[in-house]
Amino acid sequence: MTDDGPLLEVSGIVKRFTGVLALDRVSVRLAPGEVHALVGENGAGKSTLIKVITGVHRPDEGEVRLAGLRAEFASPLEAQRAGIQAVHQEIGLVPSMSVGRNLLLGREPRRRFGLIDVRRMEREAARTLESYGIGVDVRRPLRSLGVGAQQMIALARAVSVDARVVVMDEPTSSLESREVETLFKVIGRLRAQGISVIYVSHRLDELYRICDGVTVLRDGRVVHQGPLAELDRLRLVSLMLGRPVSDVRAQGVTKFSGAHDTADEAPVVEASGLTRRHMLDDVSVAIRPGEVVGLGGLLGAGRTETAKAIAGALPLDGGRVTVAGVPLRRGSAAAIKAGVALLPEDRKAEGIIPTLSVRENIALAALPRLSRGGVVSDARIDRIVETFMKRLRIKASGPHQRVAELSGGNQQKVLIARWLATEPRILLLDEPTRGIDVGAKAEVQALIDELAEAGLGVLLISSDLEELVEGSDRVVVLKDGAVVGELTGSELTEEGVMTTIASHSRAEDDGG
Amino acid sequence: MTDAAVPLSRLDRGRVLAWLQDYGVYAAIAALVLVNVAITPHFLTLENLRTQLVQVAPIVIVSLGMALVIGTEGVDLSVGSVMALATALLPLYLGYGVVPAIVVALLGGVAVGLVNGSLVAFVGVQPIVATLALFVGGRGLALVVAGGQLKDIHNPDLLNLGSSSMAGIPLPVVVAIVLTVAVTAVVRRTTFGRRLVAIGGNRTASELSGLPVKRILLLVYVASGLLAAAAGILATARLQASDPSSLGLLMELSAITAVVVGGTPLTGGRVRVLGTVAGALLIQLVRATLIKHNLSDSLAQMVQAVIILAAVYAARGQDGR
Repeated sequence: MTDDGPLLEVSGIVKRFTGVLALDRVSVRLAPGEVHALVGENGAGKSTLIKVITGVHRPDEGEVRLAGLRAEFASPLEAQRAGIQAVHQEIGLVPSMSVGRNLLLGREPRRRFGLIDVRRMEREAARTLESYGIGVDVRRPLRSLGVGAQQMIALARAVSVDARVVVMDEPTSSLESREVETLFKVIGRLRAQGISVIYVSHRLDELYRICDGVTVLRDGRVVHQGPLAELDRLRLVSLMLGRPVSDVRAQGVTKFSGAHDTADEAPVVEASGLTRRHMLDDVSVAIRPGEVVGLGGLLGAGRTETAKAIAGALPLDGGRVTVAGVPLRRGSAAAIKAGVALLPEDRKAEGIIPTLSVRENIALAALPRLSRGGVVSDARIDRIVETFMKRLRIKASGPHQRVAELSGGNQQKVLIARWLATEPRILLLDEPTRGIDVGAKAEVQALIDELAEAGLGVLLISSDLEELVEGSDRVVVLKDGAVVGELTGSELTEEGVMTTIASHSRAEDDGG
Repeated sequence: MTDAAVPLSRLDRGRVLAWLQDYGVYAAIAALVLVNVAITPHFLTLENLRTQLVQVAPIVIVSLGMALVIGTEGVDLSVGSVMALATALLPLYLGYGVVPAIVVALLGGVAVGLVNGSLVAFVGVQPIVATLALFVGGRGLALVVAGGQLKDIHNPDLLNLGSSSMAGIPLPVVVAIVLTVAVTAVVRRTTFGRRLVAIGGNRTASELSGLPVKRILLLVYVASGLLAAAAGILATARLQASDPSSLGLLMELSAITAVVVGGTPLTGGRVRVLGTVAGALLIQLVRATLIKHNLSDSLAQMVQAVIILAAVYAARGQDGR
């Protein structure tokens, strides 16, 4: 649209949250009509950067320039007025109103006395949608549309308001492949109009299809920037995960011993064909007693969902789980009874009961076996709590200390104790060492080994590639909710996992 | 309660507030008793004590149920209406004897609890909204059942419940004590009690730990309805009349106050049974003190408001880390 200068230029952005550096001198330039990929794992700073660009956060240092002019947005509204539109996963529209009304919300064509000119509104709305190739009756209430169609309306609304830059945060996470095609057409049109797009996604296939440039963030810093076509997939994955491709390390940094001899025992848990819309696509995993099976993949690949599905905590559209050959009934209680234990990813939100003591937290899941006729046996609880506090070396002033007062590592150990107290046959560990200190991390890793040695089946999910590779006997790699590979023996290296993630997915040509 | 004489800034503020949340209610009762002994004539008489305890018994019983509900991070606004429903149901079946009448009245409370609990547990309605429906509707139903009339009670067995004593202790007080012991045992010794507290502390974690969350929530509201109905029966016996238009009015507020003042946080995850009983006693003591000195009931309500604020402040200071 303008001359050759960048449309959006973000330079030297620093943002701190109560002392934590979320963004460290981040700079990004977008040419007019450029579709720019913004990628990174959890906590890399993507959302913070988007929030700075869209006026939600104000940067501590650095500046944002739009078409060469310095822009200081005091609010998201100001950013929108300047032409920066964001399309989020959650749709900020009014479900009960018609599609047309939503599209023109706040700037409806008026007749005399300020009444809305409905017919003109519908005409304009229909024209807008048509120009983006979205065929929807504008008189229908928005809520009668599918999530994907609603999202397309939100996008159409965003870009029809004189947008110059559109930020799309995981726009395809709830879209069917047909809808994804429509989205890409819309993006193509935006590009032709000179509108720039910041595209946040973990789906490599999509990125390589529509993005021109890429910025890779890690720990709040830009670790790579440039044309996406010049960056091969493996390198992109390694940049995101922070593991150099060539760096084949000697073992011994983690606390894992070698492989476990699982021989040819029958699997203790067999999950087959796990399917849930937009999350899991025909995932099958089998775990033998004494075996540590790793689940690899990027954020949003379906690792957590797989673990939850096995533990009965995620309703499924299809597939089944058997424990020692017996099909599992629905629900967490049935899974626990059958010997499946899930250590959830989010310790605070899904794990600890902060108001209760260490003792009560440990006993929680095993209460049925620690009670008779609904009356709990304090003696039995004391025994089990003492055993596990000693065995896992839980550092607390005593069993009655509130669990909220413990360090992250000790809270994690309390949760592991909670599950071990149920005498499980299989342990699903979702990021067991995330956010805990180095010492506790080594202890947890050693414990995983020890448990496997004792005959437990373990499913290990870890974003720490080194931990995943050294801790697992076998790694199943997930991508976009489907299994894309399995690595064992000599293939089981960090590079191998990254290569598998980077490979083209088989579903790629399904679209259309 | 504690005055500025203590240099709070130099102590660990959080610890002081935690202490206040746990034990402030006992300190306040002690202080108020001392004041009354000093300034109120005939305060320390057996007769006065009996009167106070008989009056507080229904509040204690309702508060016990409320404590369980609040422990799950819920609230039950319908308890006053349940008392009204119980009192309306009682005279209908007194012809068959006192036992069937009481059973029917208790079942009324169970029914309300089932509705509340189903809405909260299975439909997923917020507790304050779910119980608001029967807060309004329950008393309406009670008035319809009673034909909108106040009825005098003449059944001697029922009246006995309100006036007789056991080993010198008035029967309503005995019932309150027994129920307090029972609820304490439930909270401390049963899986149900442990689990309801866990649900209030972290519902997601409880679900992932295999707890039957919905069933427990349902049972908690049933327990609250049952206890409120029991309180309604005792109050009816003492008043010697069934008056569904006024019995239990504002009871939900007294009960919530008793629970919160007693150290159970509104955010759930904890139930303090004895604290709750003490909270109810404190409310009664404040009212009695002001009335004895011819100060109006509205002043008592204002004092109650101050106590609630103090309790909530103490709870906030402790949990707001």
